[in-house]
Amino acid sequence: MPTDPAPALDLRGVEVELGGRRVLDGLTFTAAPGAVTALLGPNGAGKTTTIRVLTGLVAAQAGSVSVLGHAPGHPDALAQLGLMPQSTGAWSGITPRGLLRHLGGLYANPHPAETLVEAFALGPFADTPYRRLSGGQQQAVNLAGALIGRPRFALLDEPTAGMDPHARRRTWQVIRDLADAGVGVLLTTHAMDEASALADHVWIMDAGRITIDGTVPALTAEASLEDVFLRHTRAGA
Amino acid sequence: MSTALDLTPAPASAPRSRRILTQARTEATLMLRNGEQLILALVIPIGLLVAGLLWGGRLGLDPALLPPSVLALALWSTSFTSLAIATAFERRYGVLERLVATPLTRGDLIVGKALATASVAALQVAVIAAVALLLGWRPGFTVASLAVALAAVALALVTFAGFALAVAGRLRAEATLAVANLVYLVAAAGGALVLPLAAYPAWAHLPLSLTPFAALGETLRLTSVGALPLIPLLVLAAWAALALLVARKAFRWTS
Repeated sequence: MPTDPAPALDLRGVEVELGGRRVLDGLTFTAAPGAVTALLGPNGAGKTTTIRVLTGLVAAQAGSVSVLGHAPGHPDALAQLGLMPQSTGAWSGITPRGLLRHLGGLYANPHPAETLVEAFALGPFADTPYRRLSGGQQQAVNLAGALIGRPRFALLDEPTAGMDPHARRRTWQVIRDLADAGVGVLLTTHAMDEASALADHVWIMDAGRITIDGTVPALTAEASLEDVFLRHTRAGA
Repeated sequence: MSTALDLTPAPASAPRSRRILTQARTEATLMLRNGEQLILALVIPIGLLVAGLLWGGRLGLDPALLPPSVLALALWSTSFTSLAIATAFERRYGVLERLVATPLTRGDLIVGKALATASVAALQVAVIAAVALLLGWRPGFTVASLAVALAAVALALVTFAGFALAVAGRLRAEATLAVANLVYLVAAAGGALVLPLAAYPAWAHLPLSLTPFAALGETLRLTSVGALPLIPLLVLAAWAALALLVARKAFRWTS
């Protein structure tokens, strides 16, 4: 675990109500810089809303949020983040190469689009409109897009959903490489094996609040991570 | 990964001008590559123009006033219908959600969209005007009337784009598609956008003249023969202010 005492992400008592429903209900957790933090929760637990709070898209109605030392949505915070959205996240008619060039144009020192096309093996479909890609191909493009600005912290919202086992393992390696390079990662998932394999610290959330947290060895001392998850969450939506 | 990639953090925003131009270029390119939007932007207006100039005389259409009417229709389709549909699907596909988490600020995004829309509009005006000139249109713009026309176009683009963003920000993508196309047809057919106000019954003149469609259509028609219609310009200015307010209140970034 890194020794830096200042967390990269620091949420305390965050409350968000959307459409009359309390989505985040006193959410409190931290994520260390240069480490992989997993946020586990069933469907509807509030994981995607948490990501939206961190990017400034949804405002917390109570509590405090700090992203790399800034308020969420602050330009200095956004420049240092890389977001891999859970859903598509691209124009239907744009090609992977076009999307990477577009995203690269927003940063001062981006990875060249071609480097990412090669690194993520996007070549065979780099000029195919995004809408015609498989779910796994779209996820690979989204991951490349999250990293093009050389982020200090990556928010990966269910990054391996829809991937085949090969692509999934490649993505896991990218996440390990990110942490090795000093990039902090927040990984939202409900895949227990993913969290077990990658996370330095796991936070389990349910109905908008953290129910238990710890390192994987500490949480799994007496039961599997899945059993811990089932014990501390309710069935999702 | 198949190739080693140096993942060491080195984050920094591009300068604002580059961010805006990147956004504008991508949006304009996607707009022009989209077949349906191209039909609205150029095919329908040019078809109307050619048909109207060749055979409109039999229906009593004034060939001198048809090109500015068609220009008004083209500007309306690009800044309202195309923009609303494109933006609604950007929300649906999570494009806006992704862009909000980059150095592109919301202001950059709006300016980028405005530049993209204005670029496509300028292209439409150039192509439609060229076709009209080739078919014998000889406009009578003066320097002053051209200035009024340009001001009206700018205000109309702001008005229509503001309402487009409001619709796209509130309705689902499919509903936006339906509403934007329906409103496009209603304004085109009955809004004094394409047909001069004088072609409508007398009782409809006042209410129609207060709409942004008639204000744009009448301004372009009158300025093209050298007149200086200032009241429609005031009507457009009022609509532009209202549209900005509505867009600001109504627009949402996610579905």
